[in-house]
Amino acid sequence: MSKKVLMQGNAACVAGAIKAGMRFFAGYPITPSTEIAEMASLKLPTVGGHFIQMEDELASMAAIIGASCVGVKSMTATSGPGFSLKQENIGYACMAEIPCVIVNVQRSGPSTGLPTSPSQGDVMQSRWGTHGDHPMIVLSPSSVTETYYLTIRAFNLAEKYKTPVILLMDEIIGHLREGIEINDEDVQIIERNKLDLNENKKGYEVSGDELVPSKHLQGNMKYNITGLSHGFDGFPTNNNKVAGELHERLMKKIDENKDDIVTYQEYKTDDADTIVVCFGGSARIVATAVDMAREEGYKVGMFRAITIWPSPEEALRKLSERVKRIIVVEHNYGQYLLEVQRIVNNPNCKIDFLGKVDGTVIIPDEVLKVIKEVK
Amino acid sequence: MGNNREELRLTGSGGQGVILATIILADIALQAGKYVAQSQSYGPEARGGLCKAEVIISNKEIGYTKVMNPTLLLSLTQSSLDTYSKTIDENCILVVDSSLEVKENVKCKKLYQFPILSCAKEKVGKVFTANIVAVGLLCNILGFTDQELIKETVLKYVPKGTEEINNKALDEGFNLFKE
Amino acid sequence: MASKLIEKYFRYEHLPQIWCQGCGNGIILRDVVKAIDDLGLDVDKTVIVSGIGCSSRAAGYLNFLTLHTTHGRAVAFATGIKMARPELNVIVLAGDGDLSAIGGNHLIHAARRNINITVIAFNNNIYGMTGGQYSPTTPTGDYGTTAPYGNIDRPFDIALLAKGAGATYVAKGDCFHVVQTTKLIRDGIKHNGFSIIEVADVCPTYYGRKNKKGNAVDMMTYQKENMISAEAALAMSEEERKGKIIVGKICENDYPELTEEYQKIIDRVMVK
Repeated sequence: MSKKVLMQGNAACVAGAIKAGMRFFAGYPITPSTEIAEMASLKLPTVGGHFIQMEDELASMAAIIGASCVGVKSMTATSGPGFSLKQENIGYACMAEIPCVIVNVQRSGPSTGLPTSPSQGDVMQSRWGTHGDHPMIVLSPSSVTETYYLTIRAFNLAEKYKTPVILLMDEIIGHLREGIEINDEDVQIIERNKLDLNENKKGYEVSGDELVPSKHLQGNMKYNITGLSHGFDGFPTNNNKVAGELHERLMKKIDENKDDIVTYQEYKTDDADTIVVCFGGSARIVATAVDMAREEGYKVGMFRAITIWPSPEEALRKLSERVKRIIVVEHNYGQYLLEVQRIVNNPNCKIDFLGKVDGTVIIPDEVLKVIKEVK
Repeated sequence: MGNNREELRLTGSGGQGVILATIILADIALQAGKYVAQSQSYGPEARGGLCKAEVIISNKEIGYTKVMNPTLLLSLTQSSLDTYSKTIDENCILVVDSSLEVKENVKCKKLYQFPILSCAKEKVGKVFTANIVAVGLLCNILGFTDQELIKETVLKYVPKGTEEINNKALDEGFNLFKE
Repeated sequence: MASKLIEKYFRYEHLPQIWCQGCGNGIILRDVVKAIDDLGLDVDKTVIVSGIGCSSRAAGYLNFLTLHTTHGRAVAFATGIKMARPELNVIVLAGDGDLSAIGGNHLIHAARRNINITVIAFNNNIYGMTGGQYSPTTPTGDYGTTAPYGNIDRPFDIALLAKGAGATYVAKGDCFHVVQTTKLIRDGIKHNGFSIIEVADVCPTYYGRKNKKGNAVDMMTYQKENMISAEAALAMSEEERKGKIIVGKICENDYPELTEEYQKIIDRVMVK
């Protein structure tokens, strides 16, 4: 049995990434994500990997895509303004189907905002930050231990679906130190197959119902990779049929694999008539508030989205059909609230909201107060 | 919350090492089988001005990771004492450096005044060991008494070449408290 | 010879290229491929990276692993490739707007780091793909669709910019002097460190037409008649150099290469 070690959330992210096979990291210093770059610079050369501090956030994103294109698992980490700057190339990774992991340790915004204060204001940006319709997978951990395992999962999903994956952290978890017990026995790592495909020039070819191009980035292939709409050989085309099919496949490869991708946690929901919906660091506050409310006899539970995007739509809708009330708790002005409102279809289920945007952390008493406010 | 949740807040000025003290305390408690959560304030306030760091120590898994109602407040400077003594009530043990003036209106469960800074400066011989003196002192107050475990943990965090002096600081700090 | 190069290195099925009649891009691309052929680079170990713009379409025509990236970011993508897999040859094909405007920061930092990649700067003094707007290399007083009253900006000299930023191999070529330009590209690829070859391109469609430079033949003739060597340029005043097409090596020197320096760190700290 392994022993518990004290670790910071940001450090657990790097440990998970290296376990997942990350061998390249490009970054730019920005609070509160900087420890990830620092830790990556320390650890990567010890496993034969490479670290580079780029000249800016755009370049960091570009560099990890470049590295991934030549077969090296890659990650970058940023926060707030840096996440905005990365969006252009995140879109490129979506379009060109390049696996990579982008960590955003959220901080208060807009603009420079409160650089050291917790926030969860990038929920919608993480889904729709880059221009155009595009697929996106976003995961959000709520403990240091989970940060380790979710980072590994982020890499696995990126490889499996050939797409960028965002690990949406927040300062609450990124800067938190707690005991973590790493048990890698059950950890599965998805590696890139190295098929002998030298002569095949159609990296993006899909056949039948295939949604992920199996040959893409799988070998030493000489084909084109572009952010333009492209055919099976990766060469740009203005053909509307080809473009339409490509765009549809990109969306479908995530949408039609939700069963495989989506994860969530339910806590004390079995007999609950009230559900508090949350994600990331907020879950720590909500779980405590739920316990406090239970002690006072309230039938309340927690529903935590681990995969924020795609959202755990089905599970939440099902739950909403039998509860009277849903309270969305998040450190923003009501972003995931919009998704919950979209999902919930039951007119008898009331949706309330508790959010905070002043840079402080919501305390359990505040959540408890909303739970007890039966209107 | 139950009685098994200790909420420690260590305060002082930037550079005194109170953040490291909370990390070490968290690790000691973790090695002693407790659940812990350590966090700290960042930003300009962590660059020389007021400095605040927190540890939650619990027998149960920790939900909320920050301090709600401090059960122990340590202050090493007057300004940190004046600021954070307002956040405590009669459930909180207050530990202050002897050089500080505790205002009469400060409510606490128990007030301890120890010569932490002068102990580091005079007995140990290096003022920068004040945070380790505090770690030793707080371990004793909190009931962490496994010397081997404490020493091993401290050595994980102090720079090479300072092991001896930090060990001494730890002992001196531990022995400041006698119930 | 050209046809053999096409057979060996081009994606024949995607030819002809999209470029306008008389465009210099094809000539420069041929020089690049000839240099690669002369050096006998392993096509499986060579990655071609481009940005966005007319000249950046060049990558797609070549039968290598080719990355047609985002506007301005080609050098940053290339840096990631080279850093992650130092054994690969990495060549960047990009235009003046791509490299010195939106991607200027990436260019100077790659030069500063002395990472072993080679940049071919297709400098046609204009934004061609978007229809003739002035670029950072459009001479003061010239016209573009966004400089209808004449360009009042001072232009960059891309080669000297890169040299100032620390590039350890810098050269200038043009479209007319293909033998010299090919050799300069060859030497740049061979050079162990950051290398850049700025090639004076020809854009009769936009730059030429906007500035009454005549047709493609006139513009090529201009390059032929106004070429001076890099050595000769050194001895001339700024006024005398005005309008001249410089061909030759601007600088070449030794400096520790980034990925080799990183390898030393790996050798030191890697857990065996």
